[in-house]
Amino acid sequence: MGTPELKIILEFSAGAELLFGNIKRRELNLDGKQKWTIANLLKWMHANILTERPELFLQGDTVRPGILVLINDTDWELLGELDYELQPNDNVLFISTLHGG
Amino acid sequence: MHIICKSQCGNRAALKRPKTGDALCKECFFAAFEAEIHHTISSSNLFRRGEKVAVAASGGKDSTVLAHVLKLLNERHNYGLELVLLSIDEGITGYRDDSLETVKQNRDDYQMPLKILSYEELYGWTMDRIVAQIGRSNNCTFCGVFRRQALDRGAKLLGVDSIATGHNADDIAETVLMNVLRGDTARLRRCTSIRTGGGEDTIPRVKPLKYSYEKEIVMYAHYKKLVYFSTECVFAPNAYRGHARAFLKDLEKVRPSVIMDIIYSGEQLRFKDTVKKPERGTCTRCGFVSSQQPCKACVLLEGLNRGLPKLGIGKKSKGERMIAKQNQELALRERANLVKNDF
Ligand SMILES: [Zn+2]
Ligand SMILES: [Zn+2]
Ligand SMILES: [Zn+2]
Repeated sequence: MGTPELKIILEFSAGAELLFGNIKRRELNLDGKQKWTIANLLKWMHANILTERPELFLQGDTVRPGILVLINDTDWELLGELDYELQPNDNVLFISTLHGG
Repeated sequence: MHIICKSQCGNRAALKRPKTGDALCKECFFAAFEAEIHHTISSSNLFRRGEKVAVAASGGKDSTVLAHVLKLLNERHNYGLELVLLSIDEGITGYRDDSLETVKQNRDDYQMPLKILSYEELYGWTMDRIVAQIGRSNNCTFCGVFRRQALDRGAKLLGVDSIATGHNADDIAETVLMNVLRGDTARLRRCTSIRTGGGEDTIPRVKPLKYSYEKEIVMYAHYKKLVYFSTECVFAPNAYRGHARAFLKDLEKVRPSVIMDIIYSGEQLRFKDTVKKPERGTCTRCGFVSSQQPCKACVLLEGLNRGLPKLGIGKKSKGERMIAKQNQELALRERANLVKNDF
């Protein structure tokens, strides 16, 4: 038996991907022994995959205003935002509203 | 722990509306979003039956959603409008090529005729060549001035009754704030109007998305799977607007109604009669609307063609001195040539 993993999908669109090595979709296998909230996930992203100008994505502990977060296609504002606890196979999508008109 | 749609349709809510705080499902959100735009259009008598309307299409989220919703409402409520897409090709390699592909997609998806007008054919200069001349510091001045006039020229060519632009509520609130911070009362006066221009020589501009929030436009495009293009203009983005935008987004966190509040403040402002109103005339050179003589586009163009690209950037008096100096030099050179040939 291997170590338990939590598999989730990250997606970026409307320019948000530019801050993450221009990759639009990633499959992550997070350490399944710990509890993962969006707050933890953002810290993990900052430490591991946020390659370009972090201040354009993060502000304090949360995402910069103007970046929309959808969890399984639902607005995170309905799901507890930073406190939402990730479930296996969750899809987390970040859409920038800050690029272009 | 799922939240149920506020309109009691029984579906799961998909988003929280920034305007009202309501949790709505996708279907009820589409209905509310479209109904509000219809209300904006009908309550301000934006269009009349039989009119031809150009949608200023950039390939970005706002104009894509605008084209989609106008087509839908035109059919649903029988506005009787003839809709066309109008795009400007500034000639920016990599940026415009891709976004024009998106506009062509809009043309096919919505079955609307598309007219693309290029800076090249209008002015003889592409933005790439302008930037090669003047560097990256002032290029958005050129971009903005030329684009404004290019839309007027395109609209005239197409013979439309009005031009619909994709300005949304967030854009307008930013503009109010920027005009306050700059003391630009002339622009402050008209930046909240849903309809501008429309004198003898000008084609009116209308903003059907004036009260639509950016978040809702993006969510609408996402849920409807509309294809749009989303890269910032590759040349220097407008830093001042960026600050205004970031400030508003921060305020919105503590006071969600701030966008509507600022637009309301802008609409309710009254100006003293002593505040200068820009005189709207037409340019003696190109014949298009302008408050200056000649118009800014003509001055910038003259600068480019004379090899004095900074001409229209600073004060008018400075530009006049630059022209006078160049004329003097040319005259001297010509005289020298005459002397040489005088034998
Ligand atoms: Zn519903
Ligand atoms: Zn530009
Ligand atoms: Zn002119």
